[in-house]
Amino acid sequence: MAASSERSPPPFPDSEEPELLEDSDEGADAFTGTSISEMDSPSPDSTKPPKDIFNEPLEDIFSDPLSNINSEPQKKVDTKIPSPSSDEAVDLFSDPLDDDSEVVSSPEVQNPMPDLLNEPVQAPKSDVLGEPPVHKNAARQQDIFEDPPKGSSKSSSVKKAASAELFSDEDEEDLFKELPKVVTKKPQPSGPPVDVFTEVKSDVKVKPQVKDDPTDLFAEEALTAPAPKPSASSSSSRTNGVHSEEHDLFSEATVELSLDSPRNDRKKKDAVKPSVSAPVAPVASSSSKAPSKTLEELEEEESEDTFDLNISVTNPEKVGDGMNAYMAYKVSTQTSLTMFRSKTFTVRRRFSDFLGLYEKLSEKHLQNGYIVPPPPEKSILGMTKVKVGKEDPSSAEFVERRRAALERYLQRVVSHPSLLQDPDVREFLEKEELPRAVSTQALSGAGFLKMLNKATDAVSKMTIKMNEQDVWFDEKIQDVENEEQHMRKLHVMVESLVNHRKELSGNTAVFAKSVAMLGSSEDNTALSRALSQLAEVEDRIEQLHQEQAANDFFTFSELLADYIRLLGAVKGCFDQRMKAWQRWQDAENMLQKKREVEAKLLWANKPDKLQQAKDEIAEWEAKVTQYEREFERISATVRKEVIRFDKEKARDFKRQIIKYLESLLNSQQQLIKYWEAFLPEAKAIA
Amino acid sequence: MQLLVHSVSVDLNNDASLVIDIPDALCERDKVKFTVHTKTTLSSFQKPEYSVQRQHEDFIWLHDTIVETEEYAGLIIPPAPPKPDFEGPREKMHKLGEGESSMTKEEYAKMKQELEKTVQVHEVFLQRLSSHPMFRKDRNFQIFLEYDQDLTVRRKNAKEMFGGFFKNMVKSADEVLISGVKEVDEFFEQEKNFLLDYSSKIKDATAKAEKMTRSHKNVADDYNHISGALNNTAADNNTAFKKHLEKCAEVFEKLRKVEDRMASDQELKLTELLRYYTRDIQAAKDLLYRRARALADYENSNKALDKARLKGKDVAQAEENQKQCLQKFDKLSESGKKELTSFKARRVVAFRKNLIEMTELEIKHAKNSVSLLQGSIEILKSN
Repeated sequence: MAASSERSPPPFPDSEEPELLEDSDEGADAFTGTSISEMDSPSPDSTKPPKDIFNEPLEDIFSDPLSNINSEPQKKVDTKIPSPSSDEAVDLFSDPLDDDSEVVSSPEVQNPMPDLLNEPVQAPKSDVLGEPPVHKNAARQQDIFEDPPKGSSKSSSVKKAASAELFSDEDEEDLFKELPKVVTKKPQPSGPPVDVFTEVKSDVKVKPQVKDDPTDLFAEEALTAPAPKPSASSSSSRTNGVHSEEHDLFSEATVELSLDSPRNDRKKKDAVKPSVSAPVAPVASSSSKAPSKTLEELEEEESEDTFDLNISVTNPEKVGDGMNAYMAYKVSTQTSLTMFRSKTFTVRRRFSDFLGLYEKLSEKHLQNGYIVPPPPEKSILGMTKVKVGKEDPSSAEFVERRRAALERYLQRVVSHPSLLQDPDVREFLEKEELPRAVSTQALSGAGFLKMLNKATDAVSKMTIKMNEQDVWFDEKIQDVENEEQHMRKLHVMVESLVNHRKELSGNTAVFAKSVAMLGSSEDNTALSRALSQLAEVEDRIEQLHQEQAANDFFTFSELLADYIRLLGAVKGCFDQRMKAWQRWQDAENMLQKKREVEAKLLWANKPDKLQQAKDEIAEWEAKVTQYEREFERISATVRKEVIRFDKEKARDFKRQIIKYLESLLNSQQQLIKYWEAFLPEAKAIA
Repeated sequence: MQLLVHSVSVDLNNDASLVIDIPDALCERDKVKFTVHTKTTLSSFQKPEYSVQRQHEDFIWLHDTIVETEEYAGLIIPPAPPKPDFEGPREKMHKLGEGESSMTKEEYAKMKQELEKTVQVHEVFLQRLSSHPMFRKDRNFQIFLEYDQDLTVRRKNAKEMFGGFFKNMVKSADEVLISGVKEVDEFFEQEKNFLLDYSSKIKDATAKAEKMTRSHKNVADDYNHISGALNNTAADNNTAFKKHLEKCAEVFEKLRKVEDRMASDQELKLTELLRYYTRDIQAAKDLLYRRARALADYENSNKALDKARLKGKDVAQAEENQKQCLQKFDKLSESGKKELTSFKARRVVAFRKNLIEMTELEIKHAKNSVSLLQGSIEILKSN
């Protein structure tokens, strides 16, 4: 935890800026008056405006909010936290080249610097340098892009282990860990900026590409370098509410960027990426500025999301007969993203493939604290009905419900910037034939094992008594728990609405029939006619109710069902974090024991075993550091994910609620039409 | 618990010489007291204006005395108003022991609505009597309107209740028996077939309409619950999400009101209409029964006369009897024809009126919903 809070202060001046424009009202006011108009005006294509932005409003941005935000912590927290960062930030932006010297001049940084330049940069950089041209030519190479970073990250983790021994200082490790991150994201951005920004600019961008990386690294350092300074005071900052808010600002801002990017041109996103991982990066900052503006614009146009990567699940089709039958769905993708082989492609997938995708994704990403969107549940009953093959409406409804749920599931997966990167996702969307997902069957041995795992997980979860240090998490965990409860209740209500509306529809139909009969018995011609007209009106209203019931269900009830599942996934992330914490604590305990052993050996004066004990201590010390770091990383990720999730949720709900209200509106408008048509008939009774 | 309802008068009467309405009703623990207000220019009344308190049982008494009056056999006797039914809310009231204070606003509204409906049917009953040239002169009716003390009508005891039930049984059996009697008048033959058919249809339609409005109310209730659940969700939330939820809860709360109104107006204008005519048609069928009975009596008297003539015994008496039966039957047929014709006209007018009113209300409510939804969508979209 300590490290993440240490690391965060420096970047906030940069990152809070989009955030303030977004959320905090006061800040937004301050900006809308001055900078937002200036910031919005330059389109990403124009070369000059961005420069204006960096010259003029930057000062405002950094001086204003900073003083606001920092003024308070400065009273309580060590002044070192805000001051170095703010100074540096201004410097960094005013003169990027100066920055190097600036950073270097900072005493703590000097040590890691050479290492950075020599070791880690070399390995990944070769990738970076080698790939951009390839990338421009053949989009196919994407696969390669995806893999090497992985390899490099592995190798770097090996290196990291080595370096961890070399430098017991924490910062280096941090840097090493950051590096692969930067690198994995780098390969893609290297080329794309050309499209995003105008040629002039892109030239500028591409040229410093080589430089860019080192500068990123420097920036990375700039992040970490000042951190040790306030590290002593960071304990106070942890409990300080104001300070933790700044963290929020930072993390939200980064989420902001990564969250919006998928719907932006992917290239833009990648251009943003480096600045996300290195917000203070002087050169990258210029690129991060422009997109961040466009991102704000995009914030409003939410359809952009579907524009970029439009996935639909259609044509559910029964394949085979009897109990071996299954439903196959057509998964169509429409995209302009270069990571895909073509712009449109279609594959056929069965339900277990969707589940298989989830299994793969959660295996890889859940442990890192990512919220992996869960697929719809298996329904043995529903599927059996379909298998038996009776063409009754309930099984048709089941199929449609599942189809829609699968579609939403996939859309949620690809709207997650990290999951979209996953090769399995791409394979799922693109590859003609998938190996059959085996472990997804509800009643298989694997299924049983899974259940067993879940049970043990639940037990271990109960036994872990985590002493929550982080106020944010403490509150959030409670919030999520409450929200899930409320959502469940709400879901029950909405389901009851669906049922009652269906009932109403049915009763209206029956009444319509009955009125038609009454009309046929009526001996007054005009009244008889009016009654049969009334029957027709009621028939139409029945249709209306039926459609509305479908809307109640698909737009409202299913939304809630989705979010109940998603909140479950969020809780899963919290659990992962808790597990990481437990691992760290266990290691800490182990280390304690080893130290006791050493002390005993020293006391007993047994030098022969002492060396072994020392080795073990070193080993566990490394483990403790590693686990602690892992815990911090997962905490940071989970927090970022949850904030992203909250935003997405708010947007999603708003969109769906509007859609739902529109469906109600439409119903009522139809109702007016029907009754208005009936009115003259009623008046004609004589 | 006291509940006052002011009814909106729906006078069927165009004649201003005898105007009756129930301006308000008082709902006490276990009974409803209706204020019956009369304005008249008729000389048979001693005062031009009366205001008396009557209970449901008084109405029933009035109805029963009219039914039992031989003179009115050829008339369609306005159906008695059904017993006020608020068992649900009242039971709850009893359980809680207290009055209004412990009742939720919703229950109160429901009860009030129920009472409005009751007042309306009781009023209609009196207005039907007052608008009829024969019934308006009825002695008991006048007493009902004039007497300023409690009528203290005795409630039917168990024996009488059973008696009434037995009478009904006999009547049904008799109906089957005399259905074999050949109809001599084509008008009545037609009318009988029509009423039998119509009666079963309208009964069915009433039941279906009741079901429909009930499920409509359920939908409105669901809106209410959803609104509550949304508010609860919003209360524990402090993200951007909160305001969406609150707005949404507000929309549902408002929609509930409109939807509720829609359902109750449908109930009031459509279901009540059907209910009333189910009873009215029963009354018309009763008239047909009485006439058919008279016809059967007449035919029997014919047979008796034939027998008497054959035997040459009591011929004069049989002739007298036969003459009386024929007279009675002719009288019933004559007034019955008139009554049934006017019944038809009355039914058409009532259907027209209620259907127009219901349609207009439906349009009004739907328009309210539309503007409500449009406004809410605008607001949601703008923030």
